[in-house]
Amino acid sequence: MTDSPQEKPDKPAARMPRRRRQQRLMLAALIVPALTGAIGLAVIAIGQSQVYFYPPRDLPSASELGGRTVRLGGMVVEGSIQQGLETDTSFKVTDYEKTVTVVTSDMLPGLFGENQGVVVQGTLAQDGTFVAARVMAKHDENYMPAEVADALEDSGRLEDYKNKGLVD
Amino acid sequence: MKMLAFLANPDRFRRLTGPALPVAGLLAAGLILAGAVWALGFSPADRVQGEAVKIMYVHVPAAWMAMAAYAFIAVASLVGYVWRHSLADIAAREAALPGFVFTLLALVTGSIWGRITWGVWWDWDARMTSMLALLFIYAGYMALWRAIENEGQAARAAALLAMVGAINLPIIKFSVDFWETLHQKASVIRADGPSMPASMLWPLAIMALGYTALFAFYVMLRMHTVILEKRRDARARPARAASTATISHPAPAGPDPSSPGQGEHA
Repeated sequence: MTDSPQEKPDKPAARMPRRRRQQRLMLAALIVPALTGAIGLAVIAIGQSQVYFYPPRDLPSASELGGRTVRLGGMVVEGSIQQGLETDTSFKVTDYEKTVTVVTSDMLPGLFGENQGVVVQGTLAQDGTFVAARVMAKHDENYMPAEVADALEDSGRLEDYKNKGLVD
Repeated sequence: MKMLAFLANPDRFRRLTGPALPVAGLLAAGLILAGAVWALGFSPADRVQGEAVKIMYVHVPAAWMAMAAYAFIAVASLVGYVWRHSLADIAAREAALPGFVFTLLALVTGSIWGRITWGVWWDWDARMTSMLALLFIYAGYMALWRAIENEGQAARAAALLAMVGAINLPIIKFSVDFWETLHQKASVIRADGPSMPASMLWPLAIMALGYTALFAFYVMLRMHTVILEKRRDARARPARAASTATISHPAPAGPDPSSPGQGEHA
């Protein structure tokens, strides 16, 4: 009656038949890798057949796409942004191999700008212009304090950092 | 394994982690407060993102902890599944809620950050999708624990789910390298060292440590509570059941009107 759980053997493992423990270990060692392997392969297969965005060089032609909505990603070409009051915005997206002209009436995100990464979603017109319904700015993984960047720019050394791939 | 068997004793566990509990709690409060003040008040604005970069100090540690908590659950599940340490099962179960909350926090803050910088609340790129999958795995894991009444069976089923679901962790981590994504690549945990200045890295590290302490505090506190609850329930049970009961397979808590003699199958 006064038996309390404190007095139970403190190693549950020691009470268990060794064989059953090994069976469970074997089971876990078979089932878990098998299922994770299956899921992993499925993910790889999906990854190979699906692209999140095309760089300009991989963008299929308008007839190949057949009006399908796709994403195009790359850098906004310097000096290519044309914004009118009444007209749509247009700019060029490049992967430094090929360049595609993009037209959009979507609002441009805060980080959108020349030499910045961009992902646009829309359709490719027959004349090779990409009509984007959605414009997303992409930024890279490099962080730099604004003051440091200004100081580097003043001393003309920002380019060095760009060349080293520290900033873009 | 010796260490595991040593800690599997609930009393020893409580004795050893008892003093760590207030330490973890105070560390969590202190570090998160210090990290938040440093991040918001003194860390610099980013060259490209401006002040919006400060969402990072909440978002990134939350995402790290979402994955770390899951890794913890997967390891504890393996130990609980193979060696039947019921404390490991409890540890895995109790880590799920904070893991879920960290995942949700990462998704929500990421969405706000994305709206400010990318211009969209959400897009189905590999990083965001795999992180959403993690949220669903957490939800499914917690639901599975509650769906099976027998605690031993629930522990085994949940452990298998947790171990298989661990495949999502490398998918999340490397999603930005395997595929083209809207999300940027890793800035801190990467081969060439952090692509972030110390003035940003320090408050980020302090926040991450604070989140870790908070997680440890919560899981230990819950484990202590569960151990004490089980003991109380074991005492309240009829003598015969109590004498055969072990801490590892107690009756389901709460009265069950359909079967008054419940709990003796343990």
